[in-house]
Amino acid sequence: MSRARDFADLAGSADAGGLTGRNVLVNGSMAVSQRGTSSTGQGASDLFLVDRFHLNTNGNSAGRFTVTQESDGPSGIPNSLKLACTTADTSIAASERFFIEQRLEGQDCQRFKKGTSDAEAITVSFYVKGNAAATYVVGIYDSDNSRQIGAQFSVTTSWNRVSVTFPADTGGSALDDDNLESLSLRFYLHAGSTYTGGTLQTTWDTAVNSEQVGSGTTSFFDSTSRTFFLTGVQMEVGERETPFEHRSFADELARCQRYFLAVANQATYAPVGVGRAWSGTTGNAAYYFPVEMRVNTAISVNDLSKFDIVPSGGNPTEVRNDGGNKQSAKVGWVSSGVTNGNFYQFEFGNNQDGALFFDAEL
Amino acid sequence: MNDMNITSAQYVVGPDGSNMSITIVADGQTWSVPNNSPGNRFYDEIMRQVEAGTLTIADAD
Repeated sequence: MSRARDFADLAGSADAGGLTGRNVLVNGSMAVSQRGTSSTGQGASDLFLVDRFHLNTNGNSAGRFTVTQESDGPSGIPNSLKLACTTADTSIAASERFFIEQRLEGQDCQRFKKGTSDAEAITVSFYVKGNAAATYVVGIYDSDNSRQIGAQFSVTTSWNRVSVTFPADTGGSALDDDNLESLSLRFYLHAGSTYTGGTLQTTWDTAVNSEQVGSGTTSFFDSTSRTFFLTGVQMEVGERETPFEHRSFADELARCQRYFLAVANQATYAPVGVGRAWSGTTGNAAYYFPVEMRVNTAISVNDLSKFDIVPSGGNPTEVRNDGGNKQSAKVGWVSSGVTNGNFYQFEFGNNQDGALFFDAEL
Repeated sequence: MNDMNITSAQYVVGPDGSNMSITIVADGQTWSVPNNSPGNRFYDEIMRQVEAGTLTIADAD
């Protein structure tokens, strides 16, 4: 077979979505939502619902919204992230800003060769729809170099795929090759004059707040009928979009669990881990993560009464981080009735409502 | 930067007697954050607010 034929076949495979590893984003299909499928009354502070998509509110708009993982999407992508405005904010203060973002580790962005003479173009593609026509901004923020770029895009009442190619950026320095944030893909949905006062920065340059969103965009909070749906988000090297890269649910879940792990919906009395009491009221249990976390995790539980320390400890009164690393956590607990040096099991109680959260998000 | 409304923060002593973690209430949810863990978004935000003078970490009980 000729070399030309090989290349033609390769191009055909790429066009059919056959080449994997193109999308640097995680959970672009919105398939994984470990924190739940709906959250209401949001807007006062930041949150995640669908994994990896950070809802950055700045905490200063009166606008409120419901966020859901929807069973709605374009052909072949069954899930989406939906925002529905529940409290409008038409008196927009200068510093208000609301955007959806996915932050990326520097070590995962090296393929863009950003900040070098070999820098590559970056193409971002995604599917969107809304309750009515709207115009928003998609942008990339480079936190290593405080540089940014953006482009407007349109939303209609039907699913449409949007593709934006940002030119190669040879400015600034090379992105850090580490596990900290280097790039953030952002969808700006609401902004005050601090961010809209200038002309949108459509070429890479040092970030200027007033040029981050620019003028002529829609405010998501302009009406309680406003909705915004997003899915099929892809960010890749090159000057044109390729078909959305489908991954198995298991693959996508594992990628998400590097940043956030919910241990929930376990069987009755399911053990979390076993460990030793180190005083008459405290002890810890080892929990080994299914994938290596990005950093040491913060730990939270949704309801202490749903957990037991056995034998003889009863419900824990506190759960905390007693150390650990990116592979495992020492889940510390406080409970009365234990004996220093004895071993205890930290377990779910006689229901399936408890949840234990490990957070290593960017 | 993360926008977190941290309403309380307190060091917690671990098995070795050092300040092993910081218990915070952020946006109404209690989190136990590993101490000295730059890169953890909660720890970074705690330190940012401490440096800004808007948050004080209470000593361990």
